Amino acid sequence: MRIPCPFCGSRDSREFVTRGDAAPTRPNGEEGMFAYVYLRDNPAGALEEWWYHAQGCRQWLRVSRNTRTHQVSGAILACQGGAA
Amino acid sequence: MTQPFRLGAGGLIDRSRTLHFTFDGKPYTGHPGDTLASALLAHGTRLFGRSFKYHRPRGVLTAGSEEPNALITLRSGARAEPNTRATTAELFDGLEASSQNRWPSLKFDLMAVNQLASPLFVAGFYYKTFMWPAKAWEKIYEPLVRRAAGLGALSGLEDPDHYEHDHAFCDLLVVGAGPAGLIAALDAARSGLSVVLADEAPLAGGLLLAERVSIGGQSGADWAAATLAELASYPSLRILPRTTVFGRFDDGEHGAIERVADHLPIPLPGQPRQRLWKIVARRTILATGATERPIVFDGNDRPGVMLASAVSTYLNRYGVAPGRRAVVFTACDSGWQTAADLLAAGVALAAVIDARGQAPASLIAPIRAAGVPVLLGGQVVAAKGSPLRAVIARDASGAAQRFAADLLAVAGGWNPQVALAGHLGHRPDWREGIAAYALGDGPADLAAVGAADGVYGLAGALASGRAAAQAAAQALGQSAALPPLPLAEDAPHGVSPVWASGPCRGKAFVDFQHDVTASDVTLAVQEGFTSVEHLKRYTTLGMATDQGRVGQVNGHGLLAAATGRTLAETGTIRARPPVVPVAIGAFGGHHRGRHFRPTRHTASHDWAAERGAVFVDVGQWKRAQWYPQPGETHWRQSVDREVNATRNGVGLCDVSTLGKIELIGPDVGTLLDRLYINLFSTLPVGKARYGLMLREDGIAMDDGTVTRFAPNRWFMTTTTANAARVMQHIDFARQVLWPYLDVQAASVTEQWATFSLAGPKARDLLRAALPEVDVSNEALPYMGATTLRWQGHAARLYRLSFSGELAYEISVPAAQGDALVRHLFAVGAPFGLTPYGTEALGVMRIEKGHPAGNELNGWTTAADLGLGRMASKKKDFIGRVMAQRPAMVDPARPRLVGLVPEDGVSAIRAGGHLLAPGAAPVAASDEGYVSSACYSPTLGHPIALAMLARGADRHGETIIVHDPVRGGDVLARVVDPVFFDPAGERLRG
Amino acid sequence: MRYSILNLARQAWRGHTGWGRAWRDAAPRDGYDVVIVGGGGHGLATAYYLARVHGITNVALLERGWIGGGNAGRNTTIIRSNYALPGNEPFYEWAMQLWEGLEQELNYNAMVSQRGVLNLFHSDAQRDAYARRGNAMRLHGVDAQLLGADAVRAMAPFLDFENARFPVQGGLLQERGGTARHDAVNWGYARAASALGVDIIQNCEVTGFLRDAAGAITGVETSRGAIRAGKVGLAVAGMSSEVAAKVGLRLPIESHVLQAFVSEGLKPLIPGVITFGAGHFYVSQSDKGGLVFGGDIDGYNSYAQRGNLPVVEDVCEGGMALMPMIGRARLLRSWGGIMDMSMDGSPIIDHTPIPGLYLNAGWCYGGFKATPASGWCFAHLLARDEAHETARAFTLDRFRTGHLIDEKGVGAQPNLH
Repeated sequence: MRIPCPFCGSRDSREFVTRGDAAPTRPNGEEGMFAYVYLRDNPAGALEEWWYHAQGCRQWLRVSRNTRTHQVSGAILACQGGAA
Repeated sequence: MTQPFRLGAGGLIDRSRTLHFTFDGKPYTGHPGDTLASALLAHGTRLFGRSFKYHRPRGVLTAGSEEPNALITLRSGARAEPNTRATTAELFDGLEASSQNRWPSLKFDLMAVNQLASPLFVAGFYYKTFMWPAKAWEKIYEPLVRRAAGLGALSGLEDPDHYEHDHAFCDLLVVGAGPAGLIAALDAARSGLSVVLADEAPLAGGLLLAERVSIGGQSGADWAAATLAELASYPSLRILPRTTVFGRFDDGEHGAIERVADHLPIPLPGQPRQRLWKIVARRTILATGATERPIVFDGNDRPGVMLASAVSTYLNRYGVAPGRRAVVFTACDSGWQTAADLLAAGVALAAVIDARGQAPASLIAPIRAAGVPVLLGGQVVAAKGSPLRAVIARDASGAAQRFAADLLAVAGGWNPQVALAGHLGHRPDWREGIAAYALGDGPADLAAVGAADGVYGLAGALASGRAAAQAAAQALGQSAALPPLPLAEDAPHGVSPVWASGPCRGKAFVDFQHDVTASDVTLAVQEGFTSVEHLKRYTTLGMATDQGRVGQVNGHGLLAAATGRTLAETGTIRARPPVVPVAIGAFGGHHRGRHFRPTRHTASHDWAAERGAVFVDVGQWKRAQWYPQPGETHWRQSVDREVNATRNGVGLCDVSTLGKIELIGPDVGTLLDRLYINLFSTLPVGKARYGLMLREDGIAMDDGTVTRFAPNRWFMTTTTANAARVMQHIDFARQVLWPYLDVQAASVTEQWATFSLAGPKARDLLRAALPEVDVSNEALPYMGATTLRWQGHAARLYRLSFSGELAYEISVPAAQGDALVRHLFAVGAPFGLTPYGTEALGVMRIEKGHPAGNELNGWTTAADLGLGRMASKKKDFIGRVMAQRPAMVDPARPRLVGLVPEDGVSAIRAGGHLLAPGAAPVAASDEGYVSSACYSPTLGHPIALAMLARGADRHGETIIVHDPVRGGDVLARVVDPVFFDPAGERLRG
Repeated sequence: MRYSILNLARQAWRGHTGWGRAWRDAAPRDGYDVVIVGGGGHGLATAYYLARVHGITNVALLERGWIGGGNAGRNTTIIRSNYALPGNEPFYEWAMQLWEGLEQELNYNAMVSQRGVLNLFHSDAQRDAYARRGNAMRLHGVDAQLLGADAVRAMAPFLDFENARFPVQGGLLQERGGTARHDAVNWGYARAASALGVDIIQNCEVTGFLRDAAGAITGVETSRGAIRAGKVGLAVAGMSSEVAAKVGLRLPIESHVLQAFVSEGLKPLIPGVITFGAGHFYVSQSDKGGLVFGGDIDGYNSYAQRGNLPVVEDVCEGGMALMPMIGRARLLRSWGGIMDMSMDGSPIIDHTPIPGLYLNAGWCYGGFKATPASGWCFAHLLARDEAHETARAFTLDRFRTGHLIDEKGVGAQPNLH
């Protein structure tokens, strides 16, 4: 699998660490914290997820990927509008 | 040495050179260009192996990597390679091969007695028996089954060869250098694409090397060689011979295995045995050809029964006649080509039997003209003799005929090899016109060409290769004017699906290697295993080393017939990598032995090694564990001495492995407040503070110290083990959670060398070592920090203590670490400076009750560790909310305590569990566990840290340390975890 | 017909024409007392124990494909009860005891082979962690031994003791651990359940749920029509979130791919199950001679039932580091499943908030060894509406209350478990 890092180009997924679904947004208080930490949609299909380019530019990327086909359709930097 | 079955002329072999080899100890000869199979066939060898279950004598069935029968062990000793296919093993001088799965010999295999019990040993029989008596499966039956199982044996010795990994990136990957693949690669190169062309054979050409055809007026072999030479002239084209593309993965990544040195006795010096390629291609063309399939009939596994294309290959490519008198049994036009090849080679042809009612006149005529009996609409009913002696057939009217023959060439049709497409989930569809499964609507970046797409004519193959290359080039925005294709003809290539022939009552094999017969398929259907997956698992059809390449489709055909379905309805199994078996060593590459993982050294490593340090692995780091002195014979002597020397004088420890992170920006304090449980935004410049951070689920994640060197310049340490995890955590926080915070972070773990100087004489030593720095208690109080320059380099000095003594940490750029440690020891001699390692470091921190990795084990909260009061109530931080969950604040949770043995001498071991005295040793009595333990030279007795239910309220109680896996129980007393200097007086001042 | 050597011999004489279908390929009826969704090992075992232990036979088991075609048919066949935490260990030990009597129970040779599971350690800290686990096992009455390097060497002399980057220091041995033949387990439960009256309905995919006015579950909609049910139990492993989403339930689960591998058949080499402590690699040898091995999950959410090359390399690196003799053995086949990775690495066998709907999920990559107890306990829950004593900790709401069962101690990140 290859991740299209906006800084580094198409890189082997070996260079990355995966964290998971990017949809959950960290709430400011107690309300919603349990769901944020523990509940997931876990879809079979399109998913936006966090990947960290640990062996490259060390940027967190918001990657669009399909969990049925593994096809990656894009990636944007978290810190440039990709963040929740 | 004569080779009685070698033809007088022909073949792509070098007859001018003779190679010598042995098989089961007997000497033989062959020529460069031979495989082990062709050379043995030239000698008239019929028997190559014994089948898995019935130990039936087997010969060569094919001429390729799909061979199910002729599996031998190549080489001996540590290089012995079991289950090697004799059909692809390139012959070299001195080659040693031995047969497998037989005892005492290939010719007289006692295990063949299994055949007598064959009515019992049907598919799945073992599920129906071996159940009584209850323990008998494991004690009696299974050991017998296991001894009989497997084919070859591993030597048990370490693999002495090495394996490389390499990468390639290209516009187009062409898999297979047959006619379609060669044209596709050439046209793609002409169009300006970068191309990788891989073929499993040493020579390009595919089946051109096995057939008597001409392309563009040249022989197939000559045209292939010329095309290859033309391809080599393109710099953007890489040719990989002896390379099998075995797997297709996501995003255009393909795995391929190059057999660099398997055709040599041993690899040349420095040469890897094999090379694993990772090829990333934007487009892929499968020119992988098709494999021939056999027909199922009684005795179809006898030595002497061979696939027709294999017969042609041995005749034309290797100049070997696999027999003296042949029968051809075919269900397709290509079988007639083999008949013609046999006649051309001077082999007696006893009959041609075509299961179809008719065949092209152009194929029949020359055979009839040679006086060969032709049975149209006939059937082979049985093959007799081991090795083959006779073929029993029925003609179209049903009359039986017997033909004396020692060779039966069977042509059941062709299966396009599209397994690679299946790896990403594209199952092939049944294509009625070619009576085979082929790629239907595949993915956009993949095309099958030539025989791999069921295009069996030569002219058609060339055209399809060109079309696919043009499509690929166009998709990538390239094109070129292409010269006309070389002249070639499409030979007739009709086929009818004929799965079985004759009664198939006895041994009519569908899967040769696993001894799966037609009646096994019938039985499986009878018992309800009617899906292709269930059939496969129940009968083990297709699960042998050939992965069903020879027999799977026949199995589907029989299944469809038995269940009244079409093959389209039956479907086929999902293909999985690897397409051919690949050595495990090849995947492992160079990460073996000491190179399994990197070895990381700190700046003082060489110096410590000179001092005789014993090293321990801490993750990938080597850290000095202790420094034995002459006369010390046991590690305790060294460690006790180091602890005493530090607590009474001054010791030095290399603490460079702790994670270090530089944080810069106006919002660092805010970020730290959100990461740690305690406040950091209030930290003054020139001060350090200990912090604990939690996971979002409220469990303690890591601890460390943060130092503020300037208003916007901070420095964080982490534990060694969590350095990377914390860095990732900080980056997530500042990039994802709070991107509006102005914070930059950089990992500087390797940039700084850091040494801890601890003990009552530490300040005196520092004054001598750094005379320009004011290290008085006023200038540098406890938890203070300052920057300085040492020998012109930036350096940092912290007053921090892990040991509980008056202590400092000094950091210099890593390249200066060696110089610094030597300087400190030169200056430190009058102070008795003693180096101490991780053991002494650990003893001292246990004496001080500091939680470390054993306590920050992923199960403990801040409160569990006695650090609950550190948590600020004035701010939010990661983990705060989840840490309030009922189970997380339950007062019955295990809390950090200290333990001392009641008898003052018994060792307490980490990993022991805690029980109340008198409680039965059962799970309900379990009250906690020992997390860290050591002998304390400072106190003169063993001590330990433990997590004990309600521990904070139980100081003074007696507890049992229960450690049955290592020894008896120890009675211990629960105490405060800070064993030494609880008021911390030695730290300050 | 009963399976026995006598009947096998009789049938051999008669050309095996007497064997009938191993299980009835039933067509769905209008309604059942219990509908189990998922024809893997857990669902099949649940159906069997509902019938055999609780006398509830009006049961349908719905499988969208062919039974045993998912993780149940593609795992590395290991069975063991060597867990450290009190929430887990009694359950897995109950499974082990059921394994020990399974063949006689089902009249099907599941080839349960207790050849030992050896977890190697390579450092003092790892040794102490395994000691802690071994002591916990012993407190639960389960067999555990801590071996030193010499004892390990005697058991497995082919391990690299000379040249290793992280030398073996010893291992935790559970002698009663071992392997069982996965296909036999699936088919054995299916045959036995079917014989007791359970309808095994293949090629039947649940597409939705029937609910009454109060929102309680009254049945399922399927590709073969609607089926009413008194209770519906989900045992669909990696598909749990997809199925639960049809009733608006979000679960603490992510679906991940785990790859597993088998080598060509070799003469006996490896006596039991061995796990590497300094990398992701574990191995055993099947009765057909193939080395069955695997390592870590790929790490990204996946429903594709396949993984990528980095894991293949990682696993083989681990294997070569541990036993360099396997370099010349060849990887024959790989496969991948969909693992239901839970937020603490431990399973869920519980009611859901929706009346009539029950959940069995969260097995991560460790579901096979649990098969008999999972079936037993899920049947118990479905029959009695209360948890079996060994499964009391496997609640769905434990994530809310904090009663996590986190063996690895890595927290709320499924791909770390």
